[in-house]
Amino acid sequence: MEYLPTLYLLILFPLAGAVANGFLGKKFGDKFVSWVGCSVIGFSFLLSYIFLSKLISARPGTVYFQRLFFWIGAGDFNVEAGLTLDSLSAVMIMVVTGVGFMIHIYSVGYMHKDPGYARYFAYINLFVASMLILVLADSFLLMFVGWEGVGLCSYLLIVFWYEDKKNADAGKKAFIVNRIGDCGFLIGMLLIFAQFRSLDFGTVFTRAMELGIGNPIIVAITLLLFVGAVGKSAQLPLYVWLPDAMQGPTPVSSLIHAATMVTAGVYMIARCYILYLSAPLTMTIVAIVGVATAIFAATIGLVQNDIKRVLAYSTISQLGYMFLAVGVGAFSAGIFHLMTHAFFKGLLFLGAGSVIHGLAGEQDLRYMGGLKKYMPVTYWTFLVAVLAITGIPGFSGFFSKDEILWNAFSSPMGNSVLWLVGVATAGLTALYMFRLFYMTFLGSSRFKPEKEHRIHESPKIMTIPLVILGFFAAVGGWFGIPNKLGGSNRFAKFLEPSFELRKYIIRDTSNGEHSLSLEYILMFISIIVVLIGWSIVHQMYLKKTDIPLKIANVFSRSYKLLLNKYYVDEIYQAVIINPFIKISNIFWKAVDIKIVDGLVNGTANVFLSAGERLRKLQTGYIQEYALSLILGTVIIIGYFIFK
Amino acid sequence: MVPLDNYLILSGILFTIGVIGVLVRRNVIVIFMSIELMLNAVNLTFIAFSRYLNSIDGQIFVLMVMVVAAAEVAVGLALIIAVFRIKKTVNVDEINILKW
Amino acid sequence: MEIFLFYIFGALAVAAAVLVVTQKNPIYSAIFLILTLFSVAVLFLLLNAQFVAAVQVLVYAGAIMILFLFAIMLLNIKYEEKVFSKRMNLKIVSIIISIILFFELTYVIFFREGLGIKGDLTPDVVAETGNVELVGKILYTKYLFPFEVASLVLLVAMIGVIVLAKRKF
Repeated sequence: MEYLPTLYLLILFPLAGAVANGFLGKKFGDKFVSWVGCSVIGFSFLLSYIFLSKLISARPGTVYFQRLFFWIGAGDFNVEAGLTLDSLSAVMIMVVTGVGFMIHIYSVGYMHKDPGYARYFAYINLFVASMLILVLADSFLLMFVGWEGVGLCSYLLIVFWYEDKKNADAGKKAFIVNRIGDCGFLIGMLLIFAQFRSLDFGTVFTRAMELGIGNPIIVAITLLLFVGAVGKSAQLPLYVWLPDAMQGPTPVSSLIHAATMVTAGVYMIARCYILYLSAPLTMTIVAIVGVATAIFAATIGLVQNDIKRVLAYSTISQLGYMFLAVGVGAFSAGIFHLMTHAFFKGLLFLGAGSVIHGLAGEQDLRYMGGLKKYMPVTYWTFLVAVLAITGIPGFSGFFSKDEILWNAFSSPMGNSVLWLVGVATAGLTALYMFRLFYMTFLGSSRFKPEKEHRIHESPKIMTIPLVILGFFAAVGGWFGIPNKLGGSNRFAKFLEPSFELRKYIIRDTSNGEHSLSLEYILMFISIIVVLIGWSIVHQMYLKKTDIPLKIANVFSRSYKLLLNKYYVDEIYQAVIINPFIKISNIFWKAVDIKIVDGLVNGTANVFLSAGERLRKLQTGYIQEYALSLILGTVIIIGYFIFK
Repeated sequence: MVPLDNYLILSGILFTIGVIGVLVRRNVIVIFMSIELMLNAVNLTFIAFSRYLNSIDGQIFVLMVMVVAAAEVAVGLALIIAVFRIKKTVNVDEINILKW
Repeated sequence: MEIFLFYIFGALAVAAAVLVVTQKNPIYSAIFLILTLFSVAVLFLLLNAQFVAAVQVLVYAGAIMILFLFAIMLLNIKYEEKVFSKRMNLKIVSIIISIILFFELTYVIFFREGLGIKGDLTPDVVAETGNVELVGKILYTKYLFPFEVASLVLLVAMIGVIVLAKRKF
């Protein structure tokens, strides 16, 4: 543990930017907003870089911390607000500020001339600040502050164009679904305090270690925290808000709903790995939920026609991968995928934004196609991102996904079923991602006529972030090339100190008993599955373009099922929302209006009529007032005499 | 030496006369004079105690009371004059608009 | 001798006070109030409070009562047709309550439980330095802050009175 008094600057910069843009942005104009909005994140990014290099050059296992202030003290409930920076949070701050910085720059072009320009940058700066609080917090409570802060910013940015009711509804949905998850998180936090009498990470984890493995309290705590993660990271069954959240500006989808905020759940589980490892039951549930979400969302993604929705389901699916990873105890693999995913999914969304921008708001894949010649930069960067997400060898997604799949198979908590579903999902991923890519950039043009002549490549301010992110989407995986491919997995080694207590909790029987050749075989299977997926798409969408329609007609029922996203929204509507509205109506009409309002109004009436009568006492004659004064004196003296 | 009780009783009598004056007279100015009477009764108590307790602090209190009394009389009389300009009366029974 | 003076001036004060309350003409009330104040000043002298007695005469009888007379003169008030208020039952209640108050005060005076702690400024000690010097010393040392506040009270009162008197309603 080393004291680092400049840690808070990381958060202070974006926060100051949010305040400046929020309060002064309208006054000083868009230029001021762009400079302030981007430079504060740039400073934060520089600081993150400095801290990271400090951490790398320091002795392994070094943890920087800063105590900010004594926050809450009530009885034995004492919370200090403090920040910690270990290798795990260092990776997170690099992702948040790095990808965030790119997206801020991109936003300057994308949000150009939007009437809410200053508001947009204020929100998004605030988001970065909240996210940094989340990842740097050293206690559950401060983490919860960041957790709620990012939720708030997400809500504010989904409803950014609030004039449209659809956007407002999407925001509400996101907020309410997140609230259900946060409720679990909150109860989990209270349970933690009830059990460990502290909310400080270090204290809680030390005391949790003493309780041993499988303690029901820890299982309950981890399950409740996981409910929070499910809400925030859009897993089954609370994923429904994320596709709708695409109503917000595209850079927001990229930053918040793909790269950073939705990964908070994964981060939280990685942060609490001691708790989770002590609760094998929860770990199994996490892994199952993760893998189920992965394949579930991937199937929906196959048939969606909105470019951003496909990406949204892909995000849900990839988050499922991350939960699969942490669920089998491969925390560094999960974080690794989180990082590479931030690069390529951020890039995919920015590319989609560039397409939408170029097509003047068109989001429907059926009205795209052949954009390659109009938007070359977007095309090439998008291609890199697609190759990365599908896991073509050499690109970043390959290494992280492969590591997850290998761990799903070989880890003591993993098994072949998890691996199999994971590989199937990888194949589906290839299908829907290449479908998206072919429908957008290749093949014949299907633009609406009125849009055709306006198609243009995006300005430099948007394409440069694309190129930079494209670079990282390509090479980002090289930090963690595994041993079997001749690398040394430096990423996992760097994260090792953050998970150093892992070996004390589970006896790591892993990888030793599996032969190297098995690893290679599994890897090749997944590569082949992906390549098969790609070639199918290539046939269907480039050569024989009538096949997709035929398939849709032959399997019309399952096609409809997928197109309507398994009717989950409708089921929720019928099973949860409508009964809820009915019950609310009963409560409103019977309980609220008659009883509650009646009580309140009755009380008011009593005082009103009493006042009517009592005001007659106020005669205006001074001497009557003086008399009551004297009478009071007499009574008080009398009381003391006869007492 | 006169017993302390004599002074206190005298003070009580003066105070009660003042109270009666405040409560029964109609002329605002006389009511004010009655208040002065009450203040003086209290001053007498202070001085008496100061003497019988061999302490000088009571006399300081009396000075403070006099300061407040002077300020109060000045402001009060100014108010009376201001009211008189509007109502053309100093009769408290007729100055009764401060009510519901 | 002392008790003799006490009774004379005590009786004078009470009689004058009764007249203050009962006189029809406010001018007479004011004159009798001055008489009361003088009598009380004499009582102050009997109690060895020479300085306060002098202030009583100067400030009360001299300044404050003149202010009263000025007010009466400015308002040019005629006699009251009826001294007491019209609402007689209220007045009777008032007088009864006042008398109860008086009995309570007497009860407290006679059945009190001891006095405060005695100081060391016996009349002989006071006589050595002189009453005025002692009052001055304590006023500018122990009671300096209340003294300053008192000056502020007077200032505020003065400004308030000027504002009130100048404004045309």
